Amino acid sequence: MSAPGGKGETVWALTGRRFLKHRLAVASLGVLAALALAALSAPLAEALIGVDAGAVDLFNRFQAASWAHPLGTDEIGRDILVRLLYGGRISLIVGLTAAFASAVIGTMVGLMAGYYGGRLDAFLMRTTDGVIALPLLPLLIVLAALDLGKIGLPEAVATSEYISLYRIIVIVALVGWTTVARLVRGTALSLRERQFVLAAEAQGASAFRIMTVHILPNLASPIIVATTLSVGNVILLESVLSFLGLGIQPPIPSWGNLLTNAQELIFEAPSLAFYPGVLIFVTVIAFNFLGDGLQDALDPRATERRG
Amino acid sequence: MTRFLLNRLWQSALVLGLMSFAVYSLIGLMPGDPVDLMITADPKITAEDAARLRELYGLNKSIFERYGNWLAAALSGDFGYSRLHAKPVMQVIVPAMGNTVILLGLSFALALAIALPAGIAAAYRPYSKTDYAINLAAFAGISVPPFWLALMLIIVFAVILGVLPAGGLGTLGAGGIWENARYLVLPVASLTIASIGGHTRYMRAAMIETLRQDYIRTARATGASEARVVFGHALRNALIPVVTIIALDFGYLFSGALITETIFAWPGMGRLIYDAIMGNDFNLALVALLLATLLTLVGNFLADVAYVWLDPRISFREIER
Repeated sequence: MSAPGGKGETVWALTGRRFLKHRLAVASLGVLAALALAALSAPLAEALIGVDAGAVDLFNRFQAASWAHPLGTDEIGRDILVRLLYGGRISLIVGLTAAFASAVIGTMVGLMAGYYGGRLDAFLMRTTDGVIALPLLPLLIVLAALDLGKIGLPEAVATSEYISLYRIIVIVALVGWTTVARLVRGTALSLRERQFVLAAEAQGASAFRIMTVHILPNLASPIIVATTLSVGNVILLESVLSFLGLGIQPPIPSWGNLLTNAQELIFEAPSLAFYPGVLIFVTVIAFNFLGDGLQDALDPRATERRG
Repeated sequence: MTRFLLNRLWQSALVLGLMSFAVYSLIGLMPGDPVDLMITADPKITAEDAARLRELYGLNKSIFERYGNWLAAALSGDFGYSRLHAKPVMQVIVPAMGNTVILLGLSFALALAIALPAGIAAAYRPYSKTDYAINLAAFAGISVPPFWLALMLIIVFAVILGVLPAGGLGTLGAGGIWENARYLVLPVASLTIASIGGHTRYMRAAMIETLRQDYIRTARATGASEARVVFGHALRNALIPVVTIIALDFGYLFSGALITETIFAWPGMGRLIYDAIMGNDFNLALVALLLATLLTLVGNFLADVAYVWLDPRISFREIER
């Protein structure tokens, strides 16, 4: 461990200092910020290059990189760079929202199981084990192929342009909560016996208040770490489903569905398959390093145990 | 011990039963039903005909009734016909299963043969240059999109170098065993790379933890050689959690097979499930999905058994809690 900080050093300063020591995590944070900024400024890039993201130009298919098209054009003459930036928006939004939603579900399940214990705990944890045991991808494919009209969604929602976006967030959240649930349950189980919880109980605090005010803040670190790590996984899942044609539906671009056509064109335009994958790879590895760094910073005991 | 195993078996059966109902209902929610498909195939079918066909096939009955009928037939060994393959479902699944077992078995063995030594090497000197390099490689392996990795392998070895086929199974007996083995190289490689990273990290974490135990210090103090300390004393204990996690990862392996088989046109279970779902082949999709679940549950069950077998300190009574 490093030398202890000055007397007046706050917890946050200490955490920040530990985080800065994990150089890969700091670099990853920079990369992610740059990627997010680039994705946000997609319309700006569109204006600068002077192309429309959806503009089809059949006379300029498979163009090599040039000033007009910095990364060339795809099979129907769209600008690859602009498509990648817009795709990044979707992939990052899906990754962040679905990871957040999974964390919320997982925290609720884990808190209830850990705090109430007994039969509820047994039931919730057996369910969690059951979900973990399932062959994930085949099931996700079934869920992604469902006819939303048949489960009673209103027509306007079921056929809206962005339905594939909402659908994938919901599907991933439905299966992605198990890690957080187990983590939260394990910690809540031991926190329940601590004196500050017993004191709150003695004062007559409601179960809801104890869970949210007294136990939840103590769970922040593991939840933040697990959620960060799961963003990468979600982005991978989204890209796989979109690649298989079941995730984000064209014309909305995502890094996954930009690769859908790439396999058929692999002999004609191998570079089409290259860029989206590199971006997915860089984003996912950055989130994984970021999670690793946050773990070192927020949960130093785990690091001490590790090394 | 028998009680624990029976308990687990019962739980697995329960999960499988629930799954079969869930999947049955979900598949009913997919676009189109068998009668819709007939209508598209034959535009002369009138509305009355369609209603009569629905009556005939029992599609107007409640989901519970239909599931009950399916279950009764399935339990007596009748899984129905595959629409895409025009054969009984089992005749389609069995050869596909064989192909998947070859693919998964090879890459599983290969991944362990690489990941376990790598994890041990990394853990032997934590935070050294070796550890750093192995960790970086492991993170890369975890983070690479598996289907993109497969595409890149195709680009390098099939498009640029032209030394390996981009997909398929080869024709049996056409070019001898080596000719057929060439079709396995890229799928096995991409599946292996996809799972090495995770296994290495598990092995590293478990080994670091074990090497810090008191009995390791004691072993060193008695003058045992480093090789004996690491491989004799530490490895067996470190393997306990690793075996469990790896066996639990069985479902993940199956997901990997689905991606790899689809990309490389390898005629196994993963591709079968994908094609069946995409092609509205309800009977086939249902049985194949349940079989995949069953295999995963068997993997989990073996993990429990291996856990106790490897660690005599743990009794079955303890994990029962």
